[in-house]
Amino acid sequence: MPLTPVITEHWDDPELFTISGYRRHGGYRALESALTRDPDALISLVKDSGLRGRGGAGFPTGLKWSFVPQNDGKPHYLVVNADESEPGACKDIPIMLANPHALVEGVIITSYAIRAKHAFIYIRGEVPEAIRRVANAVREAREAGYLGTDIRGTGFDLDVVVHAGAGAYICGEETALLDSLEGFRGQPRLKPPFPAVAGLYASPTVINNVETICNIPYIVDRGVDWFRQFGTEKSPGFKVFAVSGHVNRPGIYEAPLGITMRELLDYAGGMRDGHQVKFWLPGGSSVPMLTADHLDIPMTYEDMAAAGTMLGTGTPMIFDETVSVVKAVTRWLEFYKHESCGKCTPCREGTYWITGTLEKFEHGHGTEQEVETLVELCGQIMGRSFCALGDAAATPYPAALKYFRDEFVAATTTSADDQFDPVASYVFAGAVAR
Amino acid sequence: MTVTNNAPSGPSPDVAGAGTDVEVAVDLITVVVDGVEMRVPKGTLAIRAAEQLGIEVPRFCDHPLLDPVAACRACLIEVEGMPKPQPACAQVLSDGMEVRTQYSSEVARVAQEGVMEFLLLNHPLDCPVCDKGGECPLQNQAMSVGRPESRFTGAKREFEKPINVSAQVLLDRERCVSCARCTRFAEQIAGDPMIELLERGAKQQVGTAADEPFDSYFSGNTVQICPVGALTSASYRFRSRPFDLVSVPTACEHCASGCSLRTDYRRGVVTRRLAWDDPDVNEEWNCDKGRFAFAYLNQGRIESPMIREHGSLRVASWPEAIDAAARGLATARGSVGVLVGGRSTVEDAYAYSRFARTALATDHIDFRARQGSAEEAAFLSSKVAGAPVSAAYDDLESAPAVLLVSLEPEDESPIVFLRLRKAARAGTQVLSVGATATRSLGKMSGRLVSARPGDEANALRSLDDETRALLGQPGAVILVGERIAGSVGAASAVLELARETGAALAWVPRRSGERGALDAGALAGLLPGGRPLTDEQARRDVAAAWGVEAADLPSEPGLIGADLLEAARDGRLSALVVGGVELADFADPGLAVAAVENADFVVSLENHHSAVTELADVVLPVAVVTEKSGTFVNWEGRPRPFGQVFRDALTMSDARVLAMVAEAMGSSLPADVASIRKEMGALGPWTGARTPAPDTAPGASADGVVIASWRQLLDSGLMQEGEPHLAATARPTVAIVSASMAAALGETVTISGPAGSVTLPVVTGDVLDRVVWVPTNSPGCHIHADLGAVPGTPVQLSAGGAA
Ligand SMILES: Cc1cc2nc3c(=O)[nH]c(=O)nc-3n(C[C@H](O)[C@H](O)[C@H](O)COP(=O)(O)O)c2cc1C
Ligand code: SF4
Ligand code: SF4
Ligand code: SF4
Ligand code: FES
Repeated sequence: MPLTPVITEHWDDPELFTISGYRRHGGYRALESALTRDPDALISLVKDSGLRGRGGAGFPTGLKWSFVPQNDGKPHYLVVNADESEPGACKDIPIMLANPHALVEGVIITSYAIRAKHAFIYIRGEVPEAIRRVANAVREAREAGYLGTDIRGTGFDLDVVVHAGAGAYICGEETALLDSLEGFRGQPRLKPPFPAVAGLYASPTVINNVETICNIPYIVDRGVDWFRQFGTEKSPGFKVFAVSGHVNRPGIYEAPLGITMRELLDYAGGMRDGHQVKFWLPGGSSVPMLTADHLDIPMTYEDMAAAGTMLGTGTPMIFDETVSVVKAVTRWLEFYKHESCGKCTPCREGTYWITGTLEKFEHGHGTEQEVETLVELCGQIMGRSFCALGDAAATPYPAALKYFRDEFVAATTTSADDQFDPVASYVFAGAVAR
Repeated sequence: MTVTNNAPSGPSPDVAGAGTDVEVAVDLITVVVDGVEMRVPKGTLAIRAAEQLGIEVPRFCDHPLLDPVAACRACLIEVEGMPKPQPACAQVLSDGMEVRTQYSSEVARVAQEGVMEFLLLNHPLDCPVCDKGGECPLQNQAMSVGRPESRFTGAKREFEKPINVSAQVLLDRERCVSCARCTRFAEQIAGDPMIELLERGAKQQVGTAADEPFDSYFSGNTVQICPVGALTSASYRFRSRPFDLVSVPTACEHCASGCSLRTDYRRGVVTRRLAWDDPDVNEEWNCDKGRFAFAYLNQGRIESPMIREHGSLRVASWPEAIDAAARGLATARGSVGVLVGGRSTVEDAYAYSRFARTALATDHIDFRARQGSAEEAAFLSSKVAGAPVSAAYDDLESAPAVLLVSLEPEDESPIVFLRLRKAARAGTQVLSVGATATRSLGKMSGRLVSARPGDEANALRSLDDETRALLGQPGAVILVGERIAGSVGAASAVLELARETGAALAWVPRRSGERGALDAGALAGLLPGGRPLTDEQARRDVAAAWGVEAADLPSEPGLIGADLLEAARDGRLSALVVGGVELADFADPGLAVAAVENADFVVSLENHHSAVTELADVVLPVAVVTEKSGTFVNWEGRPRPFGQVFRDALTMSDARVLAMVAEAMGSSLPADVASIRKEMGALGPWTGARTPAPDTAPGASADGVVIASWRQLLDSGLMQEGEPHLAATARPTVAIVSASMAAALGETVTISGPAGSVTLPVVTGDVLDRVVWVPTNSPGCHIHADLGAVPGTPVQLSAGGAA
């Protein structure tokens, strides 16, 4: 399957991040056209395109927009989730660095469609470069008359606020993000009410991922048929796949949904020499791992689900046979323990317990009883926590155990480092003399 | 027992065939809980519906009076059609919904057990040394739904222990289950969000900002609703085990909010008091004064009767002291003044009322040990005494608008404040006539109707049309505080406003006993039940009930307030009977002292040594609230009866002591609470013509800078003595002035009044210009004694001085 660069098409233009660079490649053409259309028609267009959210859950975007009550007399808000903090996910930040105007144009069109006069872009605080690029793009758009009052004489007003997060994974969860944006401690909110009805400042709010929003100008510009020629019925379109791990050319590959991992591996230059795929995750640490047996499954929402995992953020992490699964799972759990917001018992306490136990395994001190107990503990979190972070934390271990039980059993006597020489897994392994 | 789990207070179900009268039409839906079909009001939460069936779903964060957070996940249940177990505390039931709790669902049981195991893993399990042990929802629910043994073998999280979130409230963080009840209470109910959850993950903990302790008047409630032993009070911590305590339902003696309390004691000593569940009154809350201020019960008590001999008091036997009192009073019969304290029970006040009119043949009686006026007396006699409830807590909650006149509810009637805040959060417009828009008014989203102290009547008579329209809406309420007595014409103006707008009018006195004393007729000109003394029929009714000749009852209204005190001072009254009165509480303490000093014969009924006992000729010790039963009548007019905590107490109530004196004087009085209640009940309220309403022309505020003031909830009040941790949470004593005045004054101000001066730190607030707000009776500022001032008194301000 060939690559289909759309959002990434002109990334070789070093000026793409400027408004003139962006315009050179047709930028803001979609906006001019969108502003002449009926907002409801735009919502229908996006619904018809079948675009699904790229933030991880794959929720149909047009449907989400249509939940916003119209003519309710309340302000509406668009909030762009640019908090990208998922281990392994690295697509939104490159997009914002290389093509920030696609985001800004998408924001304006989306705001117009859902009748929002204020939009917020909540960017992970640790990436000042991305914040600067997006802030700059917003400034340029305002200067060009794409933002402000009475935009292009249509009577439509829009202001965009670029907001820097303060470094919490949980603030990527949409309702925690809203609390954080309102100035509170970022913890998920009880639903209902859902953000589409009572979100930011208790007003109807649409929250979309960066990549989701970046799709909008292209769909508006080129149409539903063009969009639907890529991907499948249930997963139409293309996706910015960010491939990382033990591959020769880690990076961003934009391809139609339905491409296989094997194809993506080819584009990424294959595994590093002399090594094979041991396990891989289609979209961040929060989705169950797969093995070399699953390389030919199409990367769509539905096929990944059928394989017992999820497309997630569509940012595959590939690990070769030098990596200790015990160690990888322990690192992920340490992350979730550290990032658990503390609100609910299963996640707060469960990650504390599981991580402590996994750390024992890593050092060869697990027990066979604990191999089973850990499964139960994950079960006590999965589906019982307040938000999806808890579910994510309960995901890696059972998935790993399914394919690599031996390694956990071995870890009752042998440390991970004794099972797998850590140096061998380093990218620069060859350079390190043992 | 578990003190934090409350009786279900959600919407009540329609019990099929029970024939309940449903007054309000509620939308009922049909749901199935554990296989039992039931009809519940729309919007009912699954956890409440289960309660109606007697099924207790485990819970920690759930609290019926707080918004759900669904954080602890202890209450997971199975909901038909939902893939994952759902928190029962946040699951709104819809028509036809089927839910299954742990009783019929293995999924729910397993989920609950898992959460319980998680909750215990970082919990210290130091139950044997934890104050909550024995009444702990965590202990109880771990037993009912938890695993018998923990599988956790790792190291538990540790915290330095304990930390003070305020001087009174301590926090052992390792015991906290992060249920957020305390923080939600502080934010949603009290409006004092000074405690918050901090940090994240297993490090999450409750904390305060470094420079802002949890000095909320309501902080003790968090200790009570904490489902574990994480929050404790300095006053109770390590004092006792709950199972060693005896609990008695009581009513609070401090203020006229009328909280239902539970008093716990051990070996004859009260160890703690808790807010008790009374949905109509205090819901499940109370204030820190009512909770923590009880050390006074055991301090400075008068041990035995005393008689003055050769200028000094000596211990006497009861018969000797009663005899001395009776003889002294018999001599003065007809020329005796009776001062009744504002915290008497209605039964005791009734005894004073009857004792004065019969044994003493006098109508010189007043219960207002504070600033009081003839206008106020007329207002109370005409409108309030013995009158049916005109506004209740419920009415505040449903009122479109509530106007406060000379009333600062958070300080002067805390539960009225909580209810108004609840109302305001649901849309009630609160308005306050006064000179300062306080932080408390802000918590009720209230609006100030500006009036300089003394100008209230004018302000009320010149309300703008918009405000008048607000009060003209059906259900609007006007609440009047006791300080209205200090503002000439204000009571008359309020009556006029209520007539004009149709708004309900209620009087909110500060002290617990004032409304009862008023109803009992402990005020000159007024017989029990609101009967005018000057009405012949009223006198006949009362005489019949008292078994005396109507002709023997006084028919001329007696002296009240300062007139009464002056008469005693000037020798126009020869004796005084004083029951539970602090002389310093009068607007002119010097006059009060002179009155007691100059009276020929003074009988003091007191439980504590006081300025009166110092001067009295006969001192008769009486019971404190824990040693007797009785009734307070709260501001609503609602009786708050309470039982005797210490049934073997040897002390006697005022009524019983007065009955003995009466008997020695050849008169008689019912002595026990039951007969007094019966007699009062038989008399009932007056239905004839009432005392005429006052019609006093509006006064005017004095020129220059005037004092605005009220008593803060926590202050120098004698009943707060002996509880330093509580005192440390009191608001600092400061002078509050407008920004421009503060700029001119600098950091401190010396305030000089007729009797002296005080120097206080200056704080900028939303206060009218040429007004300085100071507390009435706080450490470092007792305006009556130190300044010779009352609200409205002009004072001189000078910058600086050593505060
Ligand atoms: C713990 C957690 C972290 C998340 N972080 C992100 C994130 O960084 N960026 C993002 O777009 N979505 C994130 N999500 C998903 C969002 O909650 C939300 O589903 C998404 O922003 C919706 O956008 P979409 O419909 O365009 O995918 C996160 C979810 C969870 C539970
Ligand atoms: S699962 Fe619970 S503790 Fe974990 S991040 Fe979500 S709300 Fe916070
Ligand atoms: S201190 Fe108590 S009430 Fe507050 S969050 Fe912790 S357990 Fe809950
Ligand atoms: S509000 Fe009043 S009645 Fe209630 S506890 Fe406090 S002082 Fe007592
Ligand atoms: S009681 Fe329901 S989640 Fe805590």
